[in-house]
Amino acid sequence: MSTTTVSEAFHRRPTYGNWLSVALVWAVLLAVPVWLPAIGGYTSLATRILAFGLAAMGLNFLLGFTGVMSFGHAAYFGLGAYGCGLTLKYLANSTPLAVLIGALVGTLGGALFGALIVRRKGVYFAMLTIAFGQICYYIAYTWNDFTGGYDGLRGFVRQPISIGPLVIDIQNNMILFYYFVLATFAVCVGLMALLLRAPFGRTLIAIRENQRRARFLGIPVEFHVWLSFTISAFFTSVAGALYALVNNFADPTTLNYVISGDIVIMAVLGGMRSFWGPLIGAAMFVALQDYISSETVNWMSFIGLIFVVVVLFFPRGVLGYLRRLPL
Amino acid sequence: MGSRSAPGMARRTLVKAGASLGAIALAAPSIIKARGEEPVRIGFVDPITGIYSAFAQSEVNGAKLAVEDVNKKGGILGRPVELLVEDSANDVGTGVQKALKLINRDHVSAIFGDVNSGIAYALSQVTNEHKVFQIVPGGHTDPITGKDCKWNVFRVCNTTSMDANAVSGELIKRFGKKWYFITPDYAYGQTLQAAFVKNLKEAGGEYQGDMLPLSTTDFSASLIKARAYGPKVLLNNMGGLAQVNCMKQFVQFGLDKQMALGGALYELESLYSVPREALTGWWDYEWWWNQPDVPAAMAFNDLVKKAYNVPAASARHWFGWVGVHSVKLAAEKAKSLDAIKMAKALEGEDLPDEVKCQKGRVYYREGDHQLMANIFVGTPHPAEGGNPANLVTVQSIVPGDKAALPVSETGCHMTWPTA
Amino acid sequence: MLTLVLFNVFNGVIVGLFYVLMALGLAMILNLSGVINFAHGNFLALGGYFAFLLVPYIGFWAALVASPLIVGVIGLILERTIIRPLYPRDPVYSLLLTFGLAFIIQDLCRTAWGPNALPLTVPASINQPISTEFFFLTGYRLFIIGIVILAVVALFLFLRHSRMGMRIRAGTLDLETVAALGINVRLLRSFNFGLGIFLAGLAGVLAGGQIGLNPNMGDDLLMPAFIAIIVGGVGSMVGTLLGGLIIGVAAGVTTVFYPSGSEVVIYLIMILVLLLRPRGLLGEEGMMT
Repeated sequence: MSTTTVSEAFHRRPTYGNWLSVALVWAVLLAVPVWLPAIGGYTSLATRILAFGLAAMGLNFLLGFTGVMSFGHAAYFGLGAYGCGLTLKYLANSTPLAVLIGALVGTLGGALFGALIVRRKGVYFAMLTIAFGQICYYIAYTWNDFTGGYDGLRGFVRQPISIGPLVIDIQNNMILFYYFVLATFAVCVGLMALLLRAPFGRTLIAIRENQRRARFLGIPVEFHVWLSFTISAFFTSVAGALYALVNNFADPTTLNYVISGDIVIMAVLGGMRSFWGPLIGAAMFVALQDYISSETVNWMSFIGLIFVVVVLFFPRGVLGYLRRLPL
Repeated sequence: MGSRSAPGMARRTLVKAGASLGAIALAAPSIIKARGEEPVRIGFVDPITGIYSAFAQSEVNGAKLAVEDVNKKGGILGRPVELLVEDSANDVGTGVQKALKLINRDHVSAIFGDVNSGIAYALSQVTNEHKVFQIVPGGHTDPITGKDCKWNVFRVCNTTSMDANAVSGELIKRFGKKWYFITPDYAYGQTLQAAFVKNLKEAGGEYQGDMLPLSTTDFSASLIKARAYGPKVLLNNMGGLAQVNCMKQFVQFGLDKQMALGGALYELESLYSVPREALTGWWDYEWWWNQPDVPAAMAFNDLVKKAYNVPAASARHWFGWVGVHSVKLAAEKAKSLDAIKMAKALEGEDLPDEVKCQKGRVYYREGDHQLMANIFVGTPHPAEGGNPANLVTVQSIVPGDKAALPVSETGCHMTWPTA
Repeated sequence: MLTLVLFNVFNGVIVGLFYVLMALGLAMILNLSGVINFAHGNFLALGGYFAFLLVPYIGFWAALVASPLIVGVIGLILERTIIRPLYPRDPVYSLLLTFGLAFIIQDLCRTAWGPNALPLTVPASINQPISTEFFFLTGYRLFIIGIVILAVVALFLFLRHSRMGMRIRAGTLDLETVAALGINVRLLRSFNFGLGIFLAGLAGVLAGGQIGLNPNMGDDLLMPAFIAIIVGGVGSMVGTLLGGLIIGVAAGVTTVFYPSGSEVVIYLIMILVLLLRPRGLLGEEGMMT
């Protein structure tokens, strides 16, 4: 429901930001262990923000850049988490391998579910994404012997990474672990930017702006939406795998629709038409939740209010709002 | 029911100041200045929201009263005690995050939590990695002091097998050896049912049962199956609301006239919401307020009643109370807040009268760090004597170490850090 | 064994009717306004709690009507103030809004009535066992069946024969044409929203009598109601009715053979239906799909 026309969308400078803002984002992220504790935060909060930020950016590949709403991305987040945890527990003591397998599991799930629902439209599409997400939730919740059931998957610990003689202890050193997550995040985000700059990304934006017109131009819309859905699931499942490493634990609530809602609001809160918006949304949401839930037992009302206020007054998110200010 | 916590959870003026960037410069020196009389911080991670919130609120309230009590009597090692409460929202990820926050930022000396056994376990992994003393006030699954036991973790509430063992004998003796189980399908339910089945088999009994999803609200299908099986006892192992609903339907279907009802825990918080006609069965109470011949119990009960305007103190209040006092006990015996020294000090330690609030010996068992307290086996009935909490007649009291498996059979092999 | 299955089929119908009541309200709002109401289960809880407040003053029977009405009016007010501005926007916004509302209402219930469950007392006259053979047919369950059937029949008569009802049905199929015919669509949507929430409130009072009151009581009913709509087919009220009954019976029968699968089974049915008949059993092939 955007008012921009297709030609405008094609000719406007892409919104991945200019070099200055990109440099700023990375500088802030790299310096987290320095400035965050100084303002009353703690490093593992930033690690969590990166995980959710990647999940929200992954969702936004679909929501913001393809114009398709998924309200079930917790499924891929959770599949990534379980894939990662199960690998560490049963297969191999390798953290990078576990992240890769987590991503693979989540991507396969996305490809499969995507194929089943990609022809549906609008609200029906959204309902199906939720329902498929809940299937994963109930499987994890019911399959006690394999997934640990309601109690969650335990008995795995992230492993130190050894490159030749060099051992990076991401197991006990929270700061090193933060940089491991940041590096993974950087690889994913770089990949995402490349995809969006490529003709494929432009095609997705064309679909977002006017699906019918894209169809008339001979673009196989369903195939592209499916591909976008699958890629989006890939990024979100990497995020889920990282989240499992943060907690040394995977539990069914990571698959629940409440997490899906959180991921969507992060993307919208930051600004779903901009590349970095979801990360900013995730940072604000996670930090606010962390802060408010320590301050008052009524934190749920505040979180609810964030949803309401964003939807009613900042539908374009923080970045969208800032861009409209006469700066 | 007025368990709205009057004092609220707001605290941490320090962080409030720190949250706004401009205030850092002002806040930082004051932190350093305060270090001389820096309080001993205890972090409590519990599901204040979500399905276990009633239990969590009671535990937190009990702990708050204990903190007041300890501070009135000179604090811990001469320092005031501060309780930092964090909501785990019944979610493992949130719980772990809150624990990391308490450890990394607030530098707590002990972590408490969680009602949810899964979260309690995840917390124990975090506290163990960071070498922080932990008390599990009310998460029941066996492995926490069994095969997953850790040197830094102590548990106040019973294991599921202790609870099962305490009531099994009465049920077999009074009603018979053909049982039907309605059990929630997760670790708590599974370990509980396994313990019951073990006792039943030893007595030569037989059983059938349903493992149901945790969130089941309608039990008619299982109750229909149960009636077809015709057991002597129906074991309702569900927790919280599900347990209440299962019991209500059991009575509505008239099954109370055909078989006995029993199970492990039936918490006071849950009993309040049971309609009077459905108050029945044989259950465990991990602490019971009505002990007229134990002055400390009655005093604690009065304290809770006054502070929170509730009909009586529950076992959950008592868990919180014992938790905080245990930290004091450990720290003062060790003369240190070092986790290893505290853990060594608390091993085998007896709780004093005003903490244990019951007769007999109550102590943390060496080897698995499980508290050995009395288990009150009782039968609920509609409130008597105008007291809305007078809901249970205690039929027998089983000492914890009679109900518990010996350490060698719990699967606990504790390894201490070498440093 | 056969009687066991038959008992559970019948029992499943009772459970299914509960899903139906919840799902119909959800479906009405979805069909006409395109809003996926995530707060539906919380409106249900509100219905139960208001009844709890009212029963001591006006009795159970009056509360059974008054409480859903109050909840319906609250729904109406929310629709007019914060949901209406979202109709022209992407559906993601209304979805997020109701998601936030769900948090807020749940927290308000917990703050106002406490985390402990509360019993909602129902009159003894409707709480008696009926027969010893069909022991699972308690008076209250029969009463629920009666009320649900009454509500469903009234709703369908209303939709089929009243002017407002016909407009709602027409609007479900093609809102633009209905608007072009000079019908006040805004009013229609408000009324429809209020009615949907009224049904949630009614379900809340009935559920309160059965399972007691707690701030999360509606959560576990939301997803089955959701699935009922998908299985029955979006856009078809009869389909929703059918969907609710099917998953109720399926859950009941599954409990006989594989109890811990009684939640998963409704999702399996959904997948099966989607593979064989993507628009749902009675779904209209239209703009919704």
